[in-house]
Amino acid sequence: MTKSKTPAWASQRVSRHHEKLIQAVLFLCAAVSVLTTAAIIMVLLGNAVYAPGEKKAFFEQVSVWQFLTGTHWKPVDGAEGRFGIIPLLSGTFMVALIASVVSVPTGLGAAIYMSEYAAPREREFLKPILEVLAGIPSVIYGFFALKFITPWILKPVLGIFGLELGTFNALSAGIVVGIMVTPLIASLSEDVIRSVPRSLREAAYALGSTRFDVSMRVVVPAALSGILAAFLLAFSRAIGETMAVVIAGGQQPIATLNPLRGAQTMTSFMVHASTGDSAADSISRMSIYAIGIALFVITLTINLISGWILRRYREVYQ
Amino acid sequence: MSIPNSAAKPTISFISGVDGRIRRRLLLSRVFAWTCRLATYSALAVLIVLLVAIVYSSVGRLSPDFVTNTNSTNPAKAGMLAGLWGSFWLILFTSLFSVPVGVGSAVYLEEIAKDNFVVRIIKVNLANLAGVPSIVYGMLGYTVFRTSAATLSVWFDGSHVIQVLGLFRIRLAKLPLYEDNILVGALTLTLVILPTVIAASQEALRSVPSSIRIASLALGATRWQTIWRQVIPAALPGISTGVILSTSRAIGEAAPLIMLGALTYTSMCPGSIDSPIKLLTRPAQVLHAPLDQFTAMPIEIYDWSKQPDSRFTAVAASGIVVLLVVLLAINSVAMMVRHYASRRLKW
Repeated sequence: MTKSKTPAWASQRVSRHHEKLIQAVLFLCAAVSVLTTAAIIMVLLGNAVYAPGEKKAFFEQVSVWQFLTGTHWKPVDGAEGRFGIIPLLSGTFMVALIASVVSVPTGLGAAIYMSEYAAPREREFLKPILEVLAGIPSVIYGFFALKFITPWILKPVLGIFGLELGTFNALSAGIVVGIMVTPLIASLSEDVIRSVPRSLREAAYALGSTRFDVSMRVVVPAALSGILAAFLLAFSRAIGETMAVVIAGGQQPIATLNPLRGAQTMTSFMVHASTGDSAADSISRMSIYAIGIALFVITLTINLISGWILRRYREVYQ
Repeated sequence: MSIPNSAAKPTISFISGVDGRIRRRLLLSRVFAWTCRLATYSALAVLIVLLVAIVYSSVGRLSPDFVTNTNSTNPAKAGMLAGLWGSFWLILFTSLFSVPVGVGSAVYLEEIAKDNFVVRIIKVNLANLAGVPSIVYGMLGYTVFRTSAATLSVWFDGSHVIQVLGLFRIRLAKLPLYEDNILVGALTLTLVILPTVIAASQEALRSVPSSIRIASLALGATRWQTIWRQVIPAALPGISTGVILSTSRAIGEAAPLIMLGALTYTSMCPGSIDSPIKLLTRPAQVLHAPLDQFTAMPIEIYDWSKQPDSRFTAVAASGIVVLLVVLLAINSVAMMVRHYASRRLKW
């Protein structure tokens, strides 16, 4: 690699301390990520559970039970305030479920097509398209949902059935979030489907299977743990998705499962509250941290389950 | 994985006389194949519809003055200059922070670390950090970085810096430190993209064959000399591609910046630098920019999208077109790096 004839390093003295120092610096770099996690947990707990000093933490003013079971979310200061997370949870899960309905069949179908059917050339053409779809920022999907999907697709279609659709609705938000996570499901599932050994496919063909039998009865079951893990990861991504939902989903924290109305998710509440003008240590502002804990715990739990399924149920082939 | 077609598609007419069941199975197989093909190509369809819808909506506002005007309450005059400059500064500092730390972590994990308890914790932690919603990083940035900046600003009024700069004949009236400044935003974005940067760099380092390391060590190079002079140069194309792609993700991030309290409406560019020429000729303003308030492209798009005045739809769509062009430019650079490298390096 070195171009000069006498390498510059040949004349350099090698110091053991120098080496050790560099290794220590590199270790510190790697430790940044652990510090980040620690800082996230401390920030969330330090504002929601126990706040040092004069500031009162969220859960010192609202009981955990009230927070987890309350069905009204009205984050205002004073006696009027109601801090029950159920409306935000229902909004979040509704959007994530709609996203799954969109992304699970599409993503899995794309994964099967790209690994079992597409010729290498076609795959080379399709793969970047999915990457582009995954790389488009969330705000753009929000705009697409609000200004195109809702007025030009959903309203006319639902109008046929006489259903009324709000300008801001969970359905359009869920659909675009589904589009956003489809590439994730497709690429993760494709990886596990590809790792299913060819011998299994050939054995199935030799027994007279059609391509459908091979795909759905041999390959997909063999890759099932990885596919499930991909679904879960996509679900957790959908839960944490923010800007698209903020723009298209509306800001009404109502405990409802009607996707035609506006809904507030945990993330869209956080954005909404942080752009508001309430004082930094008011309870309405502190509630962001409580929601942050809920969001962090839910996404982390789903990710951990996903990783566990992947490790626990992985079929190992030689 | 493609299996020769003849094996899977026996002619139906031959089979049909034999058994209706086989015929049904083959039909099902074909329907399934078409369903999967439809699912895959629907991605292409969505992409096309998305682009057409956005370009169509932008008609009426997208014009050269859209990128030379700053924001305005008048939709006919609103432009994206402040957001462009804000994103420029953010990305500049995000890359400056995330590249050394990200590549350093990757080098540590791939080249130096032994498989012990601490390293395993770091790896598990990285995998989990990648799944943390970006908005959570925004809360971290608000509470840690923004509060630190606010504390700093109490005793930092810039007078010392101004005096030192005076020695270099750079005259500056004041150097105020805002609590929602570019550096705070860049630090937050750094944490958002760090897991991606580390993962991409790790992958690039892993693809360097171990024969290179062994040869270097056999010639008497130390471990660090091997890493710095052999492994990193060999992995550089992969690392830079990964870094560029992660950075382009940071450009589109709005949620953490909004959590920080970045400006949603402003007509000021950071440090009042509104042209590339000023970047070179106004050193004092360049120094001020990182400490100035900011907005970013995705934040402006968000702001325009939620305006009730429907004339802002075209403004938001124009903003999206500009953002997409920027992303396209960045991604083509990444692709060129990858292409160039794959031609040059062969082992």
